[in-house]
Amino acid sequence: MKTVLEILVTLLILSNLLLMGSSRLGTLIRTVAAQALILGLMSILNHWHCLEWGLMLTAFVSILIKAMILPRLLTRAVREAHVRREVEPIVGFTASLLIGLLLLAVSVYLGSQLKQPQSGYASLLTPTSLFSMMVGLFILVSRRKALTQVLGYLAMENGIYAFGLAFTVRETFLVEIGILLDVFVAVFVMGIMIYHINRNFDHIDTDKLAMLKE
Amino acid sequence: MTSLLSFILALTTAPLIPGIINRIKAVSAGRQGPPLLQNYYDLAKLMKKGVVYSHTTTWLFKASPVIQCAAACAALLIVPFGGGAALLHFKGDLLLFAYLLAMGRFFLVLGALDTGSSFEGMGASREVLISALTEPAFLLGFTALASFTGRFSLTGICHSVSFLSLFESAGTATLLIVVAMMLVFLTENARIPVDDPNTHLELTMVHEVMVLDHSGPDLALIEYTAALKLWIYGALLIGIVNPAGRHTLAMGLLIGLAGMAVIAILTGFIESIMARLPWVRVPQLIASALVLSILASIIVGW
Repeated sequence: MKTVLEILVTLLILSNLLLMGSSRLGTLIRTVAAQALILGLMSILNHWHCLEWGLMLTAFVSILIKAMILPRLLTRAVREAHVRREVEPIVGFTASLLIGLLLLAVSVYLGSQLKQPQSGYASLLTPTSLFSMMVGLFILVSRRKALTQVLGYLAMENGIYAFGLAFTVRETFLVEIGILLDVFVAVFVMGIMIYHINRNFDHIDTDKLAMLKE
Repeated sequence: MTSLLSFILALTTAPLIPGIINRIKAVSAGRQGPPLLQNYYDLAKLMKKGVVYSHTTTWLFKASPVIQCAAACAALLIVPFGGGAALLHFKGDLLLFAYLLAMGRFFLVLGALDTGSSFEGMGASREVLISALTEPAFLLGFTALASFTGRFSLTGICHSVSFLSLFESAGTATLLIVVAMMLVFLTENARIPVDDPNTHLELTMVHEVMVLDHSGPDLALIEYTAALKLWIYGALLIGIVNPAGRHTLAMGLLIGLAGMAVIAILTGFIESIMARLPWVRVPQLIASALVLSILASIIVGW
């Protein structure tokens, strides 16, 4: 069980690095979905010995929304906006990958400064969650396409979920579902917005949107 | 005794590996392909031929193939094979190994630059860029293995790591390092995702372009060195993955040879199903090997 969890944490780190280095939106969407799936599995495996209905339900709903519904929605947005890849990011992809390494080092340092409630793999989960948040934030600021930024937002959300997992924060069922619903609605609205922006202006480059004046 | 035997085995059977790779590529393309021993025939033919030197070259050009081959042979002395110890092993031989191969490459580049051809200069510049990224990936990967096993020689590391440990502590790290070393293997041997050994198109060559001006026995030495490098990196990969432990002499060598054949066949298949990456994407691929190595060291150090 411990090895499985360690492999899952490693996969989480690798998927974040993939997010940093990949230009194709399809790959990015699938990676974010895979992250949500890994996190859902981890939250179930984490409490394997004392499984409750509420916990199972939250995990399944989060997998359903973040790994199945949202990716469909975003794939649809990609198709409608005719954007297959992030062409000219503000920071290049190899540079992003190396910055990703730097962020990983920073989050490992920060993680080692924090008091760990658990030992073993779980203590590796804290730096991983910090790393996920930083990667999400970095993608938000360093990419031009609105769709990629939505994906950055989702990666950051995954990081926050992982952080809760690392500290075994157990919100009540209602709070968890509420957060999920927020994310779902946010991405839903962003998807519709992207569609309309694209229809009115023929592109979804956010830095050009700054020049719009009524 | 075992070590001497495996050293001689490496020197004699190394040219067979490119033969296996070429055969696999031919078979998966539906051709019959050259005989497995073709490389030996080529080497024998080249040794009989005369040498042509350009007027612009100096002694460096003549020395470069010899030094490359000597460096590869010296590196081979340090690499363990077939469960036994290497002929030479001492604390820190890991670094000597990396720098022996770096020296070989340095003289390859010097020889290419010495011809004065801008074409070869381009190949040399690419080779140096590739090696600047590959060396840290290799060294960091082996540093992670060294700190996790507590040994600091290639023989010690290959004896302590085994396939079985993939399922125990630091198994994830070992797995990451195996993937990183596979990428290093392909890169260092100028294999397909990075460089195409068959192409003679100026835009795509890296290794082949640097040896264009060599002829006769010089070329034979270079071809032989390339085969030796395949063997060396293959032996290291086997050393990490191999179910180590004490075997009898014959059994250990047999396992080693089988592993080498598996690696050659795997390389052949990779070359058959993949295209060479565009040059701008190559640094990204090697950087990902670097990322894997660093991640492995972080997990080990945690």
